[in-house]
Amino acid sequence: MSGHSKSSPLPTYFAVFIALLIGTALTVYAATLDLGRYNAAVALTIASIKATLVALFFMHVKGASEKLTKLVVVAALFFLFLLLGLTMTDYATRLWN
Amino acid sequence: MPDNFAAGFSEDAHSESHNPALLHHFAEPQQQRDAASLGMWVFLATEVMFFGGLFCAYLIYRRWYFGDFAAASKSINMGLGATNTAVLICSSLTVVLAVWAAQTARRTLLLISLAITMLLGLTFLGIKGIEYREKFVEHHVPGASFSFENEPIPGHPGQFANPRHAQLFFSLYFVMTGLHALHMIIGLGIFLWLFIMAWKGRFTPEWHTPVEIGGLYWHFVDIVWIYLFPLLYLIDRHP
Repeated sequence: MSGHSKSSPLPTYFAVFIALLIGTALTVYAATLDLGRYNAAVALTIASIKATLVALFFMHVKGASEKLTKLVVVAALFFLFLLLGLTMTDYATRLWN
Repeated sequence: MPDNFAAGFSEDAHSESHNPALLHHFAEPQQQRDAASLGMWVFLATEVMFFGGLFCAYLIYRRWYFGDFAAASKSINMGLGATNTAVLICSSLTVVLAVWAAQTARRTLLLISLAITMLLGLTFLGIKGIEYREKFVEHHVPGASFSFENEPIPGHPGQFANPRHAQLFFSLYFVMTGLHALHMIIGLGIFLWLFIMAWKGRFTPEWHTPVEIGGLYWHFVDIVWIYLFPLLYLIDRHP
């Protein structure tokens, strides 16, 4: 991301910043509600939206001139989900029957 | 020093062969920048797996001992955790401002942004210290003096958390936040170095790769915290 002679990215940065702060407040608020089993889902969804915003706009994954960068990001997520997903399918199904 | 870098970009120099900011095995500055940032991303991918193992352990035990984890989670100071989340988000903003300042040759803004980033990083660690101190005072640190007796399980009146299971939660809490804090300390070292380099005027719009990839590292540490905060502090907070 070189930023040569492009329009200023500052409005985007500040918008993302505000969104992240709102997301944090929302997480804290959602945690005080009784959503049953969905509490964790809501918390993780908000966290993932925040993480995506940071990666796309602050870490410049969006608009990265090098496609390999995007590949590395996707690969990292893929192996993380492989780790978590396969482990949890084991632990979550052990007590079946 | 700064003149070295500036010289390579002046119009009359033979910029292709004498650009000192461009290493010989790269065709152009853009390729060099991309290579550096790709290298950082590969490192961050290994970091994802590094923290991923801990998150995996956390998920398994949280499933098994949900009530005990919820009770233990409730004993952590949520206000301090939320404040620290906001502090890190502010520091991420100052980091992108620093990168932008380096791109657009705004030296003062670059120095101020780097300084505020470090200040926010130190604030985070200070608040973390207050939090750890509370845990020591309450004997919630795993080990010989650990104590978590008669702590009610949220949502289950009359039931109390199993101290052994709660100890597992606190072990994960200290390892995960401790490892994150270690990353913060390393990040502070990187940013101190960036500050010194910026002070000496080493960064130009053509070459400020350290600011960019140092920024990537800082944002990654921020992302880890974005997940740690709800997972450790907010398991079951509703009254």
